[in-house]
Amino acid sequence: MKSKAARRRKILKVLRPYRPFLWLVLAISIPFLDSNPYHIDVMASAGIFVLLALGLNVIVGYAGILNLGFAAFFAVGAYAYALLNLHWNIPFWPGLIFSAFTGSLFGVLLATPAIRLSGDYLAIVTLGAGEIVRIALNNLDPLTGGPNGLLGIDHPTLPFMAYDFGVNSEPYYFLTLALITVVIFFMRRIENSRLGRAWGALREDELVAGFMGIDPIWAKLSAFALGGFVAGLAGSLFAAKQGSVSPDSFDFILSVMVLAMVVLGGLGNIYGVILGAVLLSILPEFLRGFEIYRMLLFGLSMILVMLFRPQGLLGDLYQSGEFSTRGGKQ
Amino acid sequence: MSALDIFFQQIINGLTLGIIYAMIALGYTMVYGIAQLINFAHGEIFMVGAYLGLTIYLAIQGFAFGPAGLVILVPLIFIFTMLGCSALGALVEQTAYRPLHNAPRLAPLITAIGVSFLLQNAVMLLYGPQDKYFPNLIPIHRFSFGAVTFTNLQMIIAAAALILMGLLNLVIMHTRTGKAMRALAEDRQAAYLMGIPVNRVITQTFVIGSAMAGAGGLMFGMYYNTINFHDGYLAGLKAFTAAVLGGIGNIPGALIGGILIGVLEGLGAGYLSSEWKNVFAFFILILILLFRPQGLLGTRVVKKL
Repeated sequence: MKSKAARRRKILKVLRPYRPFLWLVLAISIPFLDSNPYHIDVMASAGIFVLLALGLNVIVGYAGILNLGFAAFFAVGAYAYALLNLHWNIPFWPGLIFSAFTGSLFGVLLATPAIRLSGDYLAIVTLGAGEIVRIALNNLDPLTGGPNGLLGIDHPTLPFMAYDFGVNSEPYYFLTLALITVVIFFMRRIENSRLGRAWGALREDELVAGFMGIDPIWAKLSAFALGGFVAGLAGSLFAAKQGSVSPDSFDFILSVMVLAMVVLGGLGNIYGVILGAVLLSILPEFLRGFEIYRMLLFGLSMILVMLFRPQGLLGDLYQSGEFSTRGGKQ
Repeated sequence: MSALDIFFQQIINGLTLGIIYAMIALGYTMVYGIAQLINFAHGEIFMVGAYLGLTIYLAIQGFAFGPAGLVILVPLIFIFTMLGCSALGALVEQTAYRPLHNAPRLAPLITAIGVSFLLQNAVMLLYGPQDKYFPNLIPIHRFSFGAVTFTNLQMIIAAAALILMGLLNLVIMHTRTGKAMRALAEDRQAAYLMGIPVNRVITQTFVIGSAMAGAGGLMFGMYYNTINFHDGYLAGLKAFTAAVLGGIGNIPGALIGGILIGVLEGLGAGYLSSEWKNVFAFFILILILLFRPQGLLGTRVVKKL
């Protein structure tokens, strides 16, 4: 005779492969359970951060390259759609694809000269590039509108249905959710592909990976290209949602925050990265009650989480290699 | 002003700024060399140094009498600021980094960012979000050669920095602590096996680096006369850049990198617009790293199997 607990365990086991779908159903139902437009707006923004974190995770989590200028990838995507839309009236959907490829191209262009650098030096080049992009956007007035940015960017419309996304947050929330789902689907595939395994080998030991026939340059460039692609998607989505872009949105703090999301959630673990992104983007809203102490508590919670879960909330992937224990390197 | 005058004037301004960057860069480079850790909260220690200096000045200005008192007053402010920042640096190391010694490499980076938020906001809550006026600690005299001017304050900053760096060099090259630090930088495992108290030496490194950053913060306040709780971020970023430029982990490199970044920034501000000066500094950094990935004075690390 089976006990109740055993039966429950069996049900859970049967359900396990469908867990992502259960999460998706939950995510879809949120706007129906909580119709507060402000909450939905926060969730939609959190969704854009999830996309960004998934993109950065390819570079930092999979390939093991520290990137401190990811805001630039995001900015390139956002400005790509904004400029296309304002100058040539290109609608959102082709703009989305184009921005993603622009982000990808930017990643490759940045990485090509810098790829030979190791570890922290590569990180500082990405940091410098991030600052250069932001300052350039701030000062190339005729093209980018300088500090005021670009205004009047078209919101997406649904073709054949005459539905304009407008300024409501709800459609953006669903669109972001759809994009995240597609990105996760491909990430899972890539994780277990030849490329994903090449990244893993590279991350653990570049020298040995090279001996095993992996071309490190090619693998690293692919990581930047793919990370840039996802950041480009997020960028155009951001530009379309806001209806405007300005350089202020793409500062170093943003790069740092996205990195914190990836590390806090668990490097290389898709669900961890999503958890980190959602937590860090909605935590400041929860702390609003503390008013001026908000950012103080935010910093404190980042420290505490890291002290108690150094591998990240859902991370357990890393036992050795570039980002693992420093003792292991010696 | 002739073109040559502008050039020399910007060099002088850039040198002063560069010396301040170098003071911060020393802490970055020492901590990196010894603990392989990018201490992102270091810029905030510098910022706290500026506020601490101001607070100490306001507290003890009543006791000083006349211009003669300045000779005692200013060094006293320096000493107390440096002591305060050392204590803060040690506290940060003990609470936010030490528990993560054996954690994945990016974990301390995230706690550093957390500490950074924490310190910035603590200072904002204590002193308010607006710019704070930093009074002149000493009467300012201007010296001019033709159209090029410099002040006694710039000379004092340079002299103080040189003295502090000389002391640092003494500590590192001629004391037991310094020897332990060099051993740790070379091979941590071996140093540990030779009986060097690794944790204690790392704390000492933070103490010394934070003292230098605190002194740098005080110089920054004296030089610009306004301070803000946001100042640590950009100065820290530039100083980190300077440390990498000189060859991270290399102490003379930090000095050269800091001065180079400062001078480049000065020249950028003089010839390009002040908005583009940061692009200029970062652009040079990227160029140098592409052609000399180990930094100007860094040695190439040969990867061992």
